[in-house]
Amino acid sequence: MRQISLFIALFLFWLALSGYYKAFLLAAGVGSAIFAVYFAHRMTADDEEGHPTQLFLGTLTYYPWLVWEIVKSCWAVTKLIVDPRLPISPTLTRVTATQKTTVGLATYANSITLTPGTITAAVDGNVLTVHALVRDGAIDLEGGGMDQRVTQFEEVR
Amino acid sequence: MTLIVDVASFVLILAGSFFIVAGGLGLMRMPDVFTRMHAASVIETLGAGLLFIGFMLQAGFTLISAKLLFLLALIFFTGPVVTHALAQAALQAGIRPYLAEDRSDRPDGPPKGSSGPRRPGEEG
Amino acid sequence: MFAAATIALLVALSLAVVRALKGPTVFDRVLAGNTIGTLAILLLATVGFLTGRPEWLDVGITYGLLNLIGTLAILKFFRHGDLAYDVEEDTP
Repeated sequence: MRQISLFIALFLFWLALSGYYKAFLLAAGVGSAIFAVYFAHRMTADDEEGHPTQLFLGTLTYYPWLVWEIVKSCWAVTKLIVDPRLPISPTLTRVTATQKTTVGLATYANSITLTPGTITAAVDGNVLTVHALVRDGAIDLEGGGMDQRVTQFEEVR
Repeated sequence: MTLIVDVASFVLILAGSFFIVAGGLGLMRMPDVFTRMHAASVIETLGAGLLFIGFMLQAGFTLISAKLLFLLALIFFTGPVVTHALAQAALQAGIRPYLAEDRSDRPDGPPKGSSGPRRPGEEG
Repeated sequence: MFAAATIALLVALSLAVVRALKGPTVFDRVLAGNTIGTLAILLLATVGFLTGRPEWLDVGITYGLLNLIGTLAILKFFRHGDLAYDVEEDTP
């Protein structure tokens, strides 16, 4: 099941990159995709961590929310940069992640880093060390809104 | 109709350019390496995003748009990986971030050291 | 319009180059190098559109992959002083 989904994804990738739809090139694409899936299976890179198909439904609601968060915090950081007084207050903090799977934890840590203004600097078990550009950003993260959001995303089936 | 799409894409491209210049400016103005990373991630997220969405409107529903989408996804997924690796390496190398407040030792926060279950395959 | 984007990218690129030259730590330089890589991808796409040759996007994808690998390799080298270092050798 997971292998079939990986095969389809890889073959679509091939089609988009090549742009030629002749019989030989299509056959070569199918062959390459099959080999790539076989190698991924040998490397056990096609498990629920390497190709998380179970998260597909969750991404439909989570990604738009994440993009909106990125836009908001990007605007805030840009305002700080162009402010002549440069009113930054860098803060280092530690937050607990409540995700149960490694994929969920990685999603949370990467979401923190992807949002400008906060960076995951270290991961230890389920405690993340976060560097925030302003104090309010650190306090927001400690409140755990994003954490709950990612935990929800991880549990959607 | 084409006029509306053109104007929308021009506005998006100009906004993207503004965020890219702002990110570059932040790279110069910020006081230390950690704060500079925040400025660099403005370029990687909103700058690249708006620029590429503007290009996609120009290209229309073609293979070029698909490639732009792949490139955008590539930047979005690899950006945080590199930033995290950089921040971790800088902390490990003993570079003290310039801080207004250190809340990592606050009493109501999570305990120091390895707390909670350590997951398999995770770097300590 | 693409020309305006190109100018903006060149301005940001020159600022990043100045940061790479000024340092002061090695991580500043690596960060500036990674930012230069990202800006180069954007510049490739923009100039491709400017000159009506969007095939440059393929070069951009390759450059993106090389940028990731290159930055991680440099970081690993500065952390361990050895590109062949394996974490599992140290953990009992």
